[in-house]
Amino acid sequence: MLEIKNLNVTVEEKQILKNLNLNIGKGEVHAIMGPNGSGKSTIAHTLAGKPNYNVDSGEVNLNGEDLLSKDPYERSLNGLFLAFQYPIELPGVTNASYLKQIVNAHRKSRKETPIDAGEFLKILKEKSKLLDIPMDMHSRFVNAGFSGGEKKKNEVLQMDLLNPSLIIMDETDSGLDVDALKTTADAINKLRNDERSFIIITHYLRLLEYIEPDYVHVFQNGSVIETGDKTLASRIDQEGYS
Amino acid sequence: MNKVSKDNFKQEKYKYGFVTEIESEKIPKGLNEDVIRLISKKKNEPDWMLDWRLSAFKRLENMSVPKWAKAEIDEIDFQDLYYYSSPKDFKEKPKSLDEVDPKLLETYEKLGIPLKEQKVLAGVAVDAVFDSVSVATTFKEKLNEIGVIFCPISEAIQKHPELVKKYIGSVIPVTDHFYATLNSAVFSDGSFVYIPKGVKCPMELSTYFRINASETGQFERTLIIADEGSYVSYLEGCTAPMRDENQLHAANVELVALDNAEIKYSTVQNWYPGDENGKGGIYNFVTKRGLCKGKNSKISWTQIETGSAITWKYPSCILRGDNSTGEFYSVAITNNYQQADTGTKMIHLGKNTKSRIISKGISAGKSSNTYRGLVSFHKKAKNAKNFTQCDSLLVGSECKANTIPLTENSSNSSSIEHEATTSKISDEQLFYCMQRGLDAEEAQSLIVNGFCKEVLQKLPMEFAVEAQKLVSISLEGSVG
Ligand SMILES: Nc1ncnc2c1ncn2[C@@H]1O[C@H](COP(=O)(O)OP(=O)(O)OP(=O)(O)O)[C@@H](O)[C@H]1O
Ligand SMILES: [Mg+2]
Repeated sequence: MLEIKNLNVTVEEKQILKNLNLNIGKGEVHAIMGPNGSGKSTIAHTLAGKPNYNVDSGEVNLNGEDLLSKDPYERSLNGLFLAFQYPIELPGVTNASYLKQIVNAHRKSRKETPIDAGEFLKILKEKSKLLDIPMDMHSRFVNAGFSGGEKKKNEVLQMDLLNPSLIIMDETDSGLDVDALKTTADAINKLRNDERSFIIITHYLRLLEYIEPDYVHVFQNGSVIETGDKTLASRIDQEGYS
Repeated sequence: MNKVSKDNFKQEKYKYGFVTEIESEKIPKGLNEDVIRLISKKKNEPDWMLDWRLSAFKRLENMSVPKWAKAEIDEIDFQDLYYYSSPKDFKEKPKSLDEVDPKLLETYEKLGIPLKEQKVLAGVAVDAVFDSVSVATTFKEKLNEIGVIFCPISEAIQKHPELVKKYIGSVIPVTDHFYATLNSAVFSDGSFVYIPKGVKCPMELSTYFRINASETGQFERTLIIADEGSYVSYLEGCTAPMRDENQLHAANVELVALDNAEIKYSTVQNWYPGDENGKGGIYNFVTKRGLCKGKNSKISWTQIETGSAITWKYPSCILRGDNSTGEFYSVAITNNYQQADTGTKMIHLGKNTKSRIISKGISAGKSSNTYRGLVSFHKKAKNAKNFTQCDSLLVGSECKANTIPLTENSSNSSSIEHEATTSKISDEQLFYCMQRGLDAEEAQSLIVNGFCKEVLQKLPMEFAVEAQKLVSISLEGSVG
């Protein structure tokens, strides 16, 4: 479903991704590991269409369509979801109304009517419970003053609400305590199916013990230097990258 | 782009920009005694009113245009304006809506203010002012039954001279400053409200101001009196056609709250702001002042200022009664070449008086947005308190925001709390929202509406949703 071919990306005049190749099939879970600064977040941002991430050459196809020519919001409406490593705060905007608005943006693109307030509340309660998110968090401003772990859970909640087909998680596990990691991983596992693909960027084996990946890629200096199955993650956990 | 499609394009941005093709009757251009006598005669005014106008005009001759505001403004030739314009054949205000020119009804219908009572928003009485005259007032009889007077000020001058005489100019002295004095000399129409003792007005009262004629100034005058223990919520809305010339709107609004009375005054100001190159638009120079005359009285101003080429306005409260409260909630949005210089004055005279100021300024394009405020505690204002919060939000990098909060303190038991922030909508925030499926404009409007929600919530329910949309529309075209 996702094909990345010879991708070269420059940020602020610095080349970060170098001849990157990656293929992700339908329903597959790919983990990306790699040292700090190796370009993991850069690939996530590039796929999501962040401004100032300049693609110098290369190609990305999602479901047979050219991804790179699309606006960020179109990529989202086409099913791409990025859970941010550092979720952004939106002071003044209450979480509940924000969540409802993004759900409605997706419904609108499917030519559906806006969701009924009562129905939305019901869904929100259900999904929040799954992630152990207290409902009063939704009357606060989006991510503002949320703890690190709460921010990450809020990302997973949005992922669940928007029903994406390609999920990129950028260190969603960092900042979660042991119990929260388990709850969150359980929720993510519920989202796994034959149609939905995952790219999971992480530094830790622990998450991958809950969510078993089909492939593990090691990133170094802007490209994939090694690909293996989940045993590669265990080896890295024990031996490190060097 | 050919002419037709260009006009269509503009129309989308400012949908109130149409002109009503109706013949108007104007008094010849110019500002002189004869013009003032003519206006007064048109309105069938008693001598005392004419004398009041003329004394204002005398004072005006020695006054000059104020220069305090941070605004670049073309010199206005006051002799080259029409001071009175009314739809032709409009000798007397129609007794019922059936007699109102259908073109006028249609105009208000198009503006979203249907005047036929069966169609109007339930619970809102409307006075419709078209250029210099009030063309219709709804729900008048119903309000009369409980003693509430809601009528054009021209009518009040004739029917309730004792009230008008007592209060007009009692809050804004005739000689206050150039535009206030000019208004006193040439004011045409506006609303008059009197809420009797102990009456809580059961519906929103609202006035809808429309400038239609070209080269015409609008000088409205509004007077609201809330007698002891009464309550009223009043809302004004304003629009004007798109014209290449700048048009002057110089209103005076006076509020008086007696013991234990409360007045809530809301404005949704959407005068034509000029085009994207800064051509045309309304000069909105308005004097609004409320007097908390009685003890425990309360006046609160809420304003959503999105229109006009230039806005100068400082809705103020004079807190004379002990324990009285003044509030000011403001959202001012400027885009393209708009200039806004707005804020409030809270003058604390009585004991235990309180005031609260929440100002949200949003600037986009090449616009300039200034908050200017004064909080003043007089000697006798024991235990007076003020809280001020001024937040500015910048959209893009070519706009300006200024905050000028002044204080004068002669009371040593009073307290002022002041908070101010300036922020920018960050690219990170926009990208985050877009990653979740919102396009650039939706993302921006989500963030902006969040920024000013605290103020929008103060509007009467019926108008809050409209105001939210207006906020988004005003910023259209400003995302980079
Ligand atoms: N805006 C920028 N300007 C300059 N350099 C940047 C910018 N954004 C990223 N980089 C650089 O690109 C490189 C890759 O960054 P990236 O965030 O993709 O790393 P990462 O693999 O996600 O690291 P981590 O594991 O620490 O999250 C780093 O050297 C980083 O400093
Ligand atoms: Mg990273």
